[in-house]
Amino acid sequence: MNPIMDIAPQLARGLSITLTILVASALFAYLMAFIAGLCSLSKNILIRKITGLYVEIFRGTSLIVQLFWLVYAIPILFGLSLASNWVIGVMAIGLNYGAYLSEVVRSSILAVAPGQFEAAIALNMSSFQRMRLVIFPQAVRMMLPEFGNYTIQMLKGTALVSLIGLNDVLYFGNILRSSNLSYGPLIYIMVLVFYFILALPLIFLTRKAEKVAKKGVASS
Amino acid sequence: MTEPIVRYQNVHKSFGDVEVLKGIDLDIYPAEKIAIIGPSGSGKTTIIRMLMTLEEPTSGDIIVDGTNLWKMEKDEKMVKANEKHLRSVRGDIGMVFQHFNLFPHMTILENCMTAPIHVKGEDKKEVEQRSIEMLERVGLGDKIHNYPSQLSGGQKQRVAMARALVMRPKIMLFDEVTSALDPELVGEVLEVIRDIAKNDDMAMVLVTHEMDFALDIADKVLFLDEGVIAEQGTASDIIEHSQNERLQEFLSRFRA
Amino acid sequence: MNTNYWSWDRLTEAFPFVLEGIGMTIAVTFATFLFALIFGFVWLFLRRIPNRSLNWFVTWIMEFIRSTPPLVQLFFLYFAWPVIPYVGVTLSAFTCAVVGLGIHFSTYIGEIYRSGIESVEKGQWEAATALNFSIRDKWLKIILPQAIPPTIPMLGNYFIILFKEVPITSTIGVQGILYMANTFGARNWAYIEALTIVGLILLALSYPSALCIRKLEVKMNTRFNNNANKKTNKGVTSQ
Repeated sequence: MNPIMDIAPQLARGLSITLTILVASALFAYLMAFIAGLCSLSKNILIRKITGLYVEIFRGTSLIVQLFWLVYAIPILFGLSLASNWVIGVMAIGLNYGAYLSEVVRSSILAVAPGQFEAAIALNMSSFQRMRLVIFPQAVRMMLPEFGNYTIQMLKGTALVSLIGLNDVLYFGNILRSSNLSYGPLIYIMVLVFYFILALPLIFLTRKAEKVAKKGVASS
Repeated sequence: MTEPIVRYQNVHKSFGDVEVLKGIDLDIYPAEKIAIIGPSGSGKTTIIRMLMTLEEPTSGDIIVDGTNLWKMEKDEKMVKANEKHLRSVRGDIGMVFQHFNLFPHMTILENCMTAPIHVKGEDKKEVEQRSIEMLERVGLGDKIHNYPSQLSGGQKQRVAMARALVMRPKIMLFDEVTSALDPELVGEVLEVIRDIAKNDDMAMVLVTHEMDFALDIADKVLFLDEGVIAEQGTASDIIEHSQNERLQEFLSRFRA
Repeated sequence: MNTNYWSWDRLTEAFPFVLEGIGMTIAVTFATFLFALIFGFVWLFLRRIPNRSLNWFVTWIMEFIRSTPPLVQLFFLYFAWPVIPYVGVTLSAFTCAVVGLGIHFSTYIGEIYRSGIESVEKGQWEAATALNFSIRDKWLKIILPQAIPPTIPMLGNYFIILFKEVPITSTIGVQGILYMANTFGARNWAYIEALTIVGLILLALSYPSALCIRKLEVKMNTRFNNNANKKTNKGVTSQ
């Protein structure tokens, strides 16, 4: 029998974990990115400092360390086994990439040409309206390619959750290899192909976003 | 005589250590057309940017329709105006910029409609109709669904004027609106300004280098030099009777 | 999971133990970066070959390496490579780390090289030709002196990113700081303290470096005023 046809369904068993972790952590990261990105532009110095601390800590250390750390810290902080490892995986990836993406949000907002801001004032928009109607729609277009790139990074990052016992694609790959050592190369190549297939739509979306970002934006 | 709609009272403005405006006193009356001329760097643009609340005066007062623009009363003291106060006062002021500053993510029609709908809370249908009329007036009735990136500089600037006009301001500010245009596109923009000046009863303040045009349409011309209003009067006063040497030199350089 | 409280004593105990791994972590980082710098040229040259299908192929190979988890790539080299017939040899954990992460990062480095060369304006090439420079002089005297400086902050950024990626090599047994922390944790049931130390060490090394790079970036941008930075600094990050 064709070994590829044997291996593929085994690996596919891990798809649901890989995908749910990716989707949940990406959404969480986007949320954190906008919260932290906007907070870093706040007039309140305390809010800026706290945001800066979050961003620098998560950008200054490694995802794998944050993941392990949360596995042990959450029971201490919030009581034993309050959060499943799935939740911890989502938290770690989301917090880590949320920190990176918050810089994208911040810099994109700052990159909108000052003239846009002035035109909005001349039309007597409130600060909220300026943000919602003028600055944000343009900043988001600029952010899209980086959001795409970082989502691919997040997909790569999900492989780490196999290390905390979650049954993702890599986990099933490891299990298969341990019982069929000679198929190891094929198994890992196929694991890589699985991840690449998941990455493909993200790659194309990112390329498309790069085109969108070039249009409809007045950047300084 | 009617009350002025805007009064500048001893307004100073510094950027860092450089004092650009050294005590400006100026009254703007309803429907008055004022042109501000003068060498570059003399602070012309700063005068109108302060009225649009884009730049805060270092000292002095700007009174709009009887209300102090940059100061407000709080606990019986005059304090720096907050956003809410600025919004309540600048609603009657509109501005057209040197670099158009159209919103690139909106169609031309949307550019015109967004502020009346969101800022003034007007009816969408009514605003749409008015915007289309205004765009037709500036000669762009066939482009309403285009995006700014598809227009020439002159067309963009005409949209910018329509966008400001749809807000029905009592005072319109024009900040060197032809300076960023190719020479062959200047005419079409000036035509629109001339049309507005003739047919609308709003006050207009033009900062411009188009000297002949300015002298032609303005009721009052200000010559700004080294941070003060060095000379003012009607166009004929300025051209024929002024004794100011720097003004004469300036005019001889800019007028054919 | 185990001890569910925090102990400052264990933290001080863990510190010297974890620190023993720092030499290895840094060694792997430098060796891998060097490997990636060299291998980056391979991609650069492969993509400059004027053959469309080869170009397409190389581009997608790079995309494949870049878009799949480095952790799996390490596992492939460490666990699976030895059983491949004919070419398979057992590789040390260190070699796997350097080659695996090195190839992964070389795909980014290759792009940086490319952006550096592309950042040199077309007019510069034309001027060099017009002045009748030899090919060698054209590169050495005109193109490279302009292409290299703007890439330096970008390369610096990737060095830091790589440094934060190196801890994943503990999974194949490279005895860096994370490996030491896990060992300490297993022996003393004190993971949280040991992992905190790892985080602090990473932060203490990466944060000041990142600040330096940011300064350098600003300096370069004002001096060369090109936008190569923006174009290819695609978000690769540590995991």
